[in-house]
Amino acid sequence: MNGIHDLGGMHGFGPMVIEPGEPLFHAYWESRVFALRLACGFHRKWNADMGRYARECMPPARFLSASYYERGFYALEQLLVASTLINAKELESGQPETKTHGGAVLQPADIPKLVRSRRQMRLDVAVAPHFKVGDKVVARNNNPVGHTRMPRYVRGRHGVIDRDHGVFTFADSHAMTRDKKPQHLYSVRFAATELWGEHASARDSVYVDLWDDHLKTR
Amino acid sequence: MSDHHGEDGLAHDPHNAPLSGPALRVKALESLLLEKGLVDARTLDEIVDTYEHKVGPRNGARVVARAWTDAEYKKRLLADATAAIAEFGYIERWAEDMVAVENSPTVRNMVVCTLCSCYPWPVLGLPPSWYKSDAYRARAVLDPRGVLKEFGETVPDDVEVRVWDSTAELRYLVLPERPAGTEGWSEEQLAAIVTRDSMVGVSRVNLPAGMRP
Repeated sequence: MNGIHDLGGMHGFGPMVIEPGEPLFHAYWESRVFALRLACGFHRKWNADMGRYARECMPPARFLSASYYERGFYALEQLLVASTLINAKELESGQPETKTHGGAVLQPADIPKLVRSRRQMRLDVAVAPHFKVGDKVVARNNNPVGHTRMPRYVRGRHGVIDRDHGVFTFADSHAMTRDKKPQHLYSVRFAATELWGEHASARDSVYVDLWDDHLKTR
Repeated sequence: MSDHHGEDGLAHDPHNAPLSGPALRVKALESLLLEKGLVDARTLDEIVDTYEHKVGPRNGARVVARAWTDAEYKKRLLADATAAIAEFGYIERWAEDMVAVENSPTVRNMVVCTLCSCYPWPVLGLPPSWYKSDAYRARAVLDPRGVLKEFGETVPDDVEVRVWDSTAELRYLVLPERPAGTEGWSEEQLAAIVTRDSMVGVSRVNLPAGMRP
């Protein structure tokens, strides 16, 4: 979606604000949001791409005024209700209506493994690549209503395949229908001048990870 | 495990402090999920404790220090970072896919996630606020040299800047340049000077004041 989350290349957000020695969490509730998101993800009612899409669907004005953990909390509420782990009435009242879950939940002993293996998006399936290293490509000018990991700033731009990472789950379909649509994922090099015009440094470039479905031959 | 975040000097007693806004709403949701048996309270504490105390940029610093002292390891890291980092046990093979990109006198690498805030948690821990900020996400790809300047880094015109936008399930680790004056240092000594910011690519590794030649 052409959402507010797609920030690359925008102006107006001000200078970098760097807080030396900052704490990991700035408030207790932030740490609880973080932990709740991981613990609820254990139920496998949604995947990481659905989680990202939920955040992207936050209304734009609200999104911009929300902090990182407020955005994450918004997405968690949406996902919990959409997956029927809780219902909207329970969310509002805070009171459970239906009987308790009773199934397995994430345990403290699961955490060491969880931090070492959160995602498994690389797929061990044979799919022929559409491109090879050095190929000149164009990022398709796609404007899907749903989730996409192709940022707006590369659409229609010319790039070169820098490396082939192998076969991965396609995030765009995985977020919408859980279809993994296995295909090759590449780092695509875009010259800064191609993206931002003649005033950009001629030496510089941006590397973006894109899938076969995002690209066509130039 | 403590309910207090003592290190930041703020009082965060979740049981007594008056709650408002997100704090209240988060507390209500947590209670609901606990009551419904969807989450375990000890697990929530364990997750927070793990990221506060066990996973962090020291992991990445050890990877960098080994690459600086062991040429064969560096080769493995640049060829297949996932496998090379798995040698330390920070990630499991086939789990979190990693790519290491090397800085040199002529190339500077810098990592961003413009679409959300993807970051290599197993080797760097959770990202700092600036990495997650809209300003960084918006500007890193458009004006990397301007961003670097705000980190105190002026990149000469003849040095190439490569920005890596983490748009897929690959996580990038910058292998910074080893600073001059560290010849003969042990891996442990080197790991101690490698900073988080240098592994995201927004600063160089400098010798601590007093150790500079």
